[in-house]
Order: sequence, then C-alpha cells, then structure tokens
Amino acid sequence: MNRNLYFNILRYDPEQPDIEPYMQSYLLKETERMTLFIALNRLREEQDASLKFDFCCRAGICGACAMVINGRPGLACHTQTKDLPAIINLLPLPFFKLIGDLSVDTGIWFREMNRQVESWIHTKEVFDPQASEQRMDNSTAEQIYELERCIECGCCLAACGTARMREDFLGAAGLNRIGRFLLDPRDQRNEQDFFQLIGSDRGIFGCMGLLACEDVCPKHLPLQDQLGFIRRKMGLRALHNLFKR
Amino acid sequence: MQEVITTDMLCIGAGLAGERVAIETAKAGFNTICLSLVPARRSHSAAAQGGMQAALGNCAMGEGDNPDVHFADTVKGSDWGCDQEVARLFCETAPIAIRQLAHWGVPWNRVEPGEDGYFQGGKKYSKTEKSENAGLITARNFGGTAKWRTCYTSDGTGHTMLFTMDNKATQAGIDIHDRCEAVALLHDGTRCFGAVARCMRTGRLRIYYAKAVLIASGGFGRIYRESTNAVICTGGGQAICLDTGIVQLGNMEAIQFHPTGVVPGNILVTEGCRGDGGVLLDVDKKRFMHIYEPAKAELASRDVVSRRMTEHIRAGKGVPSPYGEHLWLDIGHLGAKHINTRLREVEEICTNFLGVDPITQLIPVRPTQHYSMGGVRTDKHGKAYGLKGLFAAGEAACWDMHGFNRLGGNSLAETVVAGMIVGQSCVRFLKGESACFDTGIANEQCRNVQQRIHTLVAGNGREKAFSLRNEMQDVMMEGVGIFRNELGLSNAYTRLEELHARAASLKLASNGCGANAELSLALQLRGLIRLALCVTKGALERTESRGSHAREDYPERNDRDWLVRTLSRWDVDNDHPCLDYEPASRVWEIPPGDRGYGGGTVISTDSTNKKEASE
Ligand SMILES: Cc1cc2nc3c(=O)[nH]c(=O)nc-3n(C[C@H](O)[C@H](O)[C@H](O)COP(=O)(O)OP(=O)(O)OC[C@H]3O[C@@H](n4cnc5c(N)ncnc54)[C@H](O)[C@@H]3O)c2cc1C
Ligand code: SF4
Ligand code: SF4
Ligand code: FES
Repeated sequence: MNRNLYFNILRYDPEQPDIEPYMQSYLLKETERMTLFIALNRLREEQDASLKFDFCCRAGICGACAMVINGRPGLACHTQTKDLPAIINLLPLPFFKLIGDLSVDTGIWFREMNRQVESWIHTKEVFDPQASEQRMDNSTAEQIYELERCIECGCCLAACGTARMREDFLGAAGLNRIGRFLLDPRDQRNEQDFFQLIGSDRGIFGCMGLLACEDVCPKHLPLQDQLGFIRRKMGLRALHNLFKR
Repeated sequence: MQEVITTDMLCIGAGLAGERVAIETAKAGFNTICLSLVPARRSHSAAAQGGMQAALGNCAMGEGDNPDVHFADTVKGSDWGCDQEVARLFCETAPIAIRQLAHWGVPWNRVEPGEDGYFQGGKKYSKTEKSENAGLITARNFGGTAKWRTCYTSDGTGHTMLFTMDNKATQAGIDIHDRCEAVALLHDGTRCFGAVARCMRTGRLRIYYAKAVLIASGGFGRIYRESTNAVICTGGGQAICLDTGIVQLGNMEAIQFHPTGVVPGNILVTEGCRGDGGVLLDVDKKRFMHIYEPAKAELASRDVVSRRMTEHIRAGKGVPSPYGEHLWLDIGHLGAKHINTRLREVEEICTNFLGVDPITQLIPVRPTQHYSMGGVRTDKHGKAYGLKGLFAAGEAACWDMHGFNRLGGNSLAETVVAGMIVGQSCVRFLKGESACFDTGIANEQCRNVQQRIHTLVAGNGREKAFSLRNEMQDVMMEGVGIFRNELGLSNAYTRLEELHARAASLKLASNGCGANAELSLALQLRGLIRLALCVTKGALERTESRGSHAREDYPERNDRDWLVRTLSRWDVDNDHPCLDYEPASRVWEIPPGDRGYGGGTVISTDSTNKKEASE
C-alpha cells in the first residue's frame, strides 16, 4: 500500500495525425482498493485532462473499458492496482480502430458483426399478443443465457492470432453468437443457413484453436467448447455439402 | 460546414426505451435514427440485473396474480404520487410486452415443475410448481409486491433484454449513431424539429432534422457522488429540454436510493438478493429489518428499506469502515449453486470489486442513489409538455407510473411498455406530419454551441469542469439525500446557485480536440447543475414526506396539500427554475390510503386543519 504507481500510457489522437504515437508516463500514489477506473479518472482529473479512455458502467457489465493491461487484454474497471506491479503499461486494444489514446471503436465492429451473422431470431411465426408465451425448458433458457453473456468487450479478438491476420475474421465473439442462435429452438435457421454465414476462413475454419480467446474473456464464456462444437457441426456440414454435389 | 442529417424519427438514446420506440416507428416504415453516447448495447439498461415485472401468474408464488394486483402494488409503491391512468395502461400491457420479448429471443427463466425450497427472512420454506405450468415464464420475489412477479434471466435481465432489443433494431434497419451526444434541441417555440449533436469521435457538430424527436436518454444519477448509475447517466436529455425554456420536467425531487450499493464503489447488487431470501445484518451480525417492518421486513419497498437502514446506522448499529459506516447483506445461506447461477453477477461483483466471497462472507452495503423517478413530463401518450413533435420514454421521462417511488422491476417493464405505447403515438404523429425544418434556427443553434466550445477552449474563464462537478455531487450527497430538511436543502440550494454562476466561466485545461471527455463534461455541466437545482428546489418546497422524498421536518404524507406533481421549467436567461404544480392523477381508481408498510402518518385529503391531523 501507498506505493508509487508508474503508468505508461499510449498517446495518439487520429484527429492530430502530425503527432506520432508515443508513450507518456504518469506517477500516482496508490490508495486502498484502487482500480484502474479510479486511477485513470484521477490521472485525467488531476494531471492530464486530454487523456482519452472509455468507461461506462464501471462495474464489469458493459464491456466499454477493455484495454491491454501489462500485455494482456482485460477490463480496466475490475482490475485492482494491488494485483499489478508498480509499473503499469496501458495500450489500446489492437484490431479495432483507434479513437484516441486508450479508446477504440468496438461499437462499429460489433454492430457490423451482428449484421453479418444476422444476430436475431429467424422465425416465420408471427407474434400473437393475445396468446400465452411459447414454452421452453428452463435448462434450455439457462444454456442460451450462458452464451448470451458476452458483453462485446473485444478482448477475445484482441488476443486472437487469426484476427491479427484477417480483418474480416468473426472471432470467438462472432462464432459464439452463432452458437447462441444454433442452440435456440425459436430460431428456425438450419445448419445449412449457418454454414453459409460461417463455413469459411473468415468463420470457423479460420480459427486456429489456440484458445487465447477463452483465457482473456472477462465473462468466462465457454468459448473453447463453443468453438469445438461449431467446428464439429460445420465440419460435418462441409462434408455433407461435398457429398451432395 | 457541419454535417446535416435528415430523418423522420430521431431517438435521443439507444437503451431499451429508445430502441423499443425506434422499432415501432421503423416497422411503420419511417426512417429512424438513434443517438447514443456509447454503443447501444453498453447503454445503462444492460446493467439491470434483477428483472422485469409483468403479472403473468405462472409460478406457484405468483398464482392469482393479474394486472389489477400489479396496479395496486404500483399505486401503493408510488405513495399515490403516480398517474393512475398511466399505471393502469402499464400494468395491462406489461404481460404482452414480456411475451413479445420472449418471441424476439430473451431467454427468460422458466417454471420447473416440482417441489423446491426458497428462503424468506433467513428461513427456508418450500413450494410446489405445477406441472401444467412447466416451461412458462417464471418470476422471483421483489420488494413491495403482493405476488412473485419479477421475471428474469438469471441476474442478467437488462443485458439479455437490451441485446435482444438491439438485435431487433438491427434487423429493422435502424441506424444507431453511437458516440454522438445531443447538445441542443431544435425548436421554434411551438414545434420541435431535431437536435444539434456532437460527434464524440471527431468533436465535430452535426445537425439532425427530424419530424419527431424522442428523449430516451436515461436517468441523471450522476448529479450525486454515490450512485449505482453508469458514468454516462448525466441527464443530457432532460437538460436540453430544460434549455428550451418551454418543456417541463416532472417530480424532479423524487430520487430513489437503493438499499444495496456495495461499499466502496457503489456498484449495485440486485434486489433479487433480498427477493431470493438474502437478509440485512448490522454491526452485531443481527437482522433488524423485521423490527422496523414486521410485515415485509427486507422486502418493503426501496424507499422504506433505505430509510430504515439509515435510521439503524444513525442508532449506532452501522459497521465502521474507511469509507464510512455500512451494513451487511448476507446471501450465503442461499447456497453455492443458487449464487453461482441465479446470482452470478452478484458473485462476480463481490469477488472482482470487493475481494469478498458472497458464499462464505458478508457483503458490505449501504443505500446509494439509484433511480430518477422525475424527468421530461409527458401525457399518457408520451408527448412532452410544451413542444409539439417532442416525446419522451423510459427513465428520462416522467410518464409517471412510478410517482414518488418506483418498485424494483417496474423500470425495465416501463421501458418496453412505454416503448410500445409511445412508439405507437409517434407513429400516429408521423403519419399526420409533413416536414418543416427551419434552417435559420438550426444554424443559429449550431453557432451557439460552437461559440460555447470556442469560449471553453480559448476564453478567459477560470473554473475547472471536473472540480465544479465534484463540488456539485458533494452538495447533493450532503443536502439532498435520503433524509431531507429545510436547513440542509436551503444550504444546498444556495451552494448550487453559486456553482451555477461559476459554471458560466469554465476553462478547459486541455485543447478540447476530438473525443475529449473534459469538453463533454464542460458542455454538460450547466445542465447538470440546473437539474440539481430543480431537484433541490422541488424538495425544499414540498413540505411533506412521500415515497422516496422524506422530510425530517415534515414526516407526514400530506394529501391535503401535496397530492400534486411538481413541474419545473427554466425560463431562458434565468438563473433559477420556476415551479408549478398539477394534480398527481386525473383518475383515482384507488383513492389515497395506507401503503401497509413504511409507517408514517397521513394527512388525508379531507382534513381541514393540518395541526390537528398530524397530532
Ligand atoms: C445497477 C442498476 C440495476 C438496475 N436493475 C433494475 C432491475 O433489475 N429491474 C428494473 O426494472 N430496473 C432496474 N434498473 C433501472 C433500469 O435499468 C433503468 O431505469 C432502465 O434500463 C433505463 O432505460 P432507458 O432506456 O430509459 O435508459 P438507458 O438504458 O440509460 O439508455 C439511455 C440512452 O441514452 C443515451 N444518451 C444519454 N444522453 C444522451 C445524449 N445527450 N445524447 C445522445 N444520447 C444520449 C445513452 O447513450 C443511452 O443509449 C437498474 C438500474 C441500475 C442503475
Ligand atoms: S481459438 Fe480461434 S478464435 Fe480463439 S483466439 Fe485462437 S484463433 Fe482466435
Ligand atoms: S466473448 Fe468474452 S472476450 Fe469476447 S467480446 Fe464477448 S465477453 Fe468479451
Ligand atoms: S466500464 Fe463497463 S465493463 Fe468496465
């Protein structure tokens, strides 16, 4: 406690392209139960009002504050400084477009991903306001929720080797999203429909299975199982398609 | 030159309320754009854990529930401050809204037939779910409700609702302009026709012309230092309405404190903790709520539990800590399985932020600012008072089915129910409207904002935005908290007036370029302080206690003089708000009576002499 913390933070503002990216250092006294949310806000309020970074819920729920913390993607709001060494290096997430300093544009990427994988229930049934709800097993509901907990923070993409090489890679978050709809009895898409979306190198066949994604997912989503499950399903579907031809 | 964008419907806000309205207008074929400070799915709606109320009556403890019971709970919860016509409409529509969400993909928890144990007040009971109800949407217990009515998806209800809503919005082709902040409304004194917004990627201004504008910008909890709200809950929507000098805000003094914000950090652990059987303990690790509230104990309404906790701390029973006194929340007896599934977010919050394992340890909690019942006053169709073409919905609005205290689970329900109803009313309006955009007014508004920014960057102001905001938050915590009195409120009001004056000479420490947060705050600050002044003045004038508004010097609920809704307006160039009043409800399906919890005396509508009545 009462350590001196040294923050090295990447600085760059795309609105001022003449100034090259550089690392800037700040010194801050650690206080009890300090999180990076507290620390960064103090830096901005007391030392450098131009610092750019994102927080929203500050409670590990919204996914806004992902950044690379001492080399590892994670949520800044639930990272306590006591778990870090005195020298703290902060970089913006790679892969996403930089807005400035530690702030990146995850929103645009995820909206596009959602559009591409058609992240909504596909059904021909029309909602009847007079009728009672369609029944569902509670265990099915809980399984869907398990996959729906993704907060679109982008950590998995930032840690992913394939994503570094292919800009159009859907990443663990995108494939997990497909898994969520595959599981949902309300979605009437069949395997072939899903295959159209992800049966390629930008989808499931681009994944090298090294599982950095699961390691860094702050929501502990079962990404490994999901990727395996989808790969098996889609692999079978690919074979199936081969023989049909 | 700034960018100009034209659309039919402009929703300021892309949380549950904004997107639900947007879906309605987009489905009717109107071009629809939502603005949001953050990607839509990061809106504060995502943070709601506990659940959404809808009287389905599917689960064993919800048997016999129906919209009438929901209505009675809501009216009592509001301490008779709500608009009963709206509350009725709301309760009737909630079951439809929730089933629609099920159809759209929300994985609501379902009824599992058979016998099951549950906890209440630390004791274990048992219930049997009927096999004919298997697979229907189930519900959990929440404060202030006669039946188990709060439907949920584990403790990620807001998250699943918002993700489903955003999926639906994507499918409907709605444009979401995120990182974009509305900073002024466009209007000609009678008609609203768009907004000026600032792009938070580049810092550049944009003009949005729209035939109809919706304010769905959420709450303004950040006028308080200790709040469960996201850091973006800064009341931008309410503030730009106030700036028109015409639009009125309703019941701004009605601020809800939630019993279980964690210490420190003020992150919320859901009411579901108590609903599922968690108990509050004091410094001696003893339960106390049942002493104050024999009937409802931990499950009285939020305003009541928050006050009782504060009283208990004042009685010397608080737990000392470096962050001030607090109490304990105990959920350990619910067991690891329950906590790791249905209260998993709670588990994560405790371990990540407090280093506390809620299965074996107690959670430090105290009441924390949580919800703004007040907001842009609308009629039952969601039309804002004062300007044609302006609507409001969700937490930003005072549609007013919450009155002076919102019940847990009624806000998520409000966002989607109001979204349906107000959305329909926007559609009706759009069908009858042709566009009439006054470019002169728009350009002038835009120049005004540009000038404000220029003065902030290059002017000769002295005050710092961050420190003024911090001072304002402290003033609100000290003077306008859970318990209020004349002295505290009038001191707070004077100090806020000073801050308002000082906020006229801000100066940025940074260059204000691009996605600059200091500039955002500097632009918001005047509005924030004005909202704080509305809250404080409303509270100072209201010499009674009703729902969350508790005056120590006027402890009784005074129906004779105060069965009214406060309306605040801010005349252009004034330095203070003007208050007005209207009847709390036009219809009295349930006449004012006793809530059945919370104690306190009532000065009834027909009493003539105040003194006599309060004795
Ligand atoms: C921690 C927590 C837990 C909760 N749990 C529950 C619960 O269990 N049950 C329940 O019923 N209620 C709960 N609530 C309350 C409920 O979540 C909110 O009241 C509700 O979600 C508000 O929804 P909304 O759509 O009105 O606003 P929000 O979801 O807050 O959305 C506001 C939108 O407006 C945008 N915005 C704001 N200002 C501007 C501007 N100037 N320009 C452009 N865009 C702007 C934001 O970016 C955002 O998109 C909880 C609240 C909190 C704080
Ligand atoms: S397992 Fe696949 S998705 Fe995950 S990090 Fe590796 S390549 Fe990326
Ligand atoms: S899968 Fe996990 S790491 Fe990836 S975006 Fe979702 S929550 Fe973040
Ligand atoms: S700020 Fe929401 S997850 Fe960190």
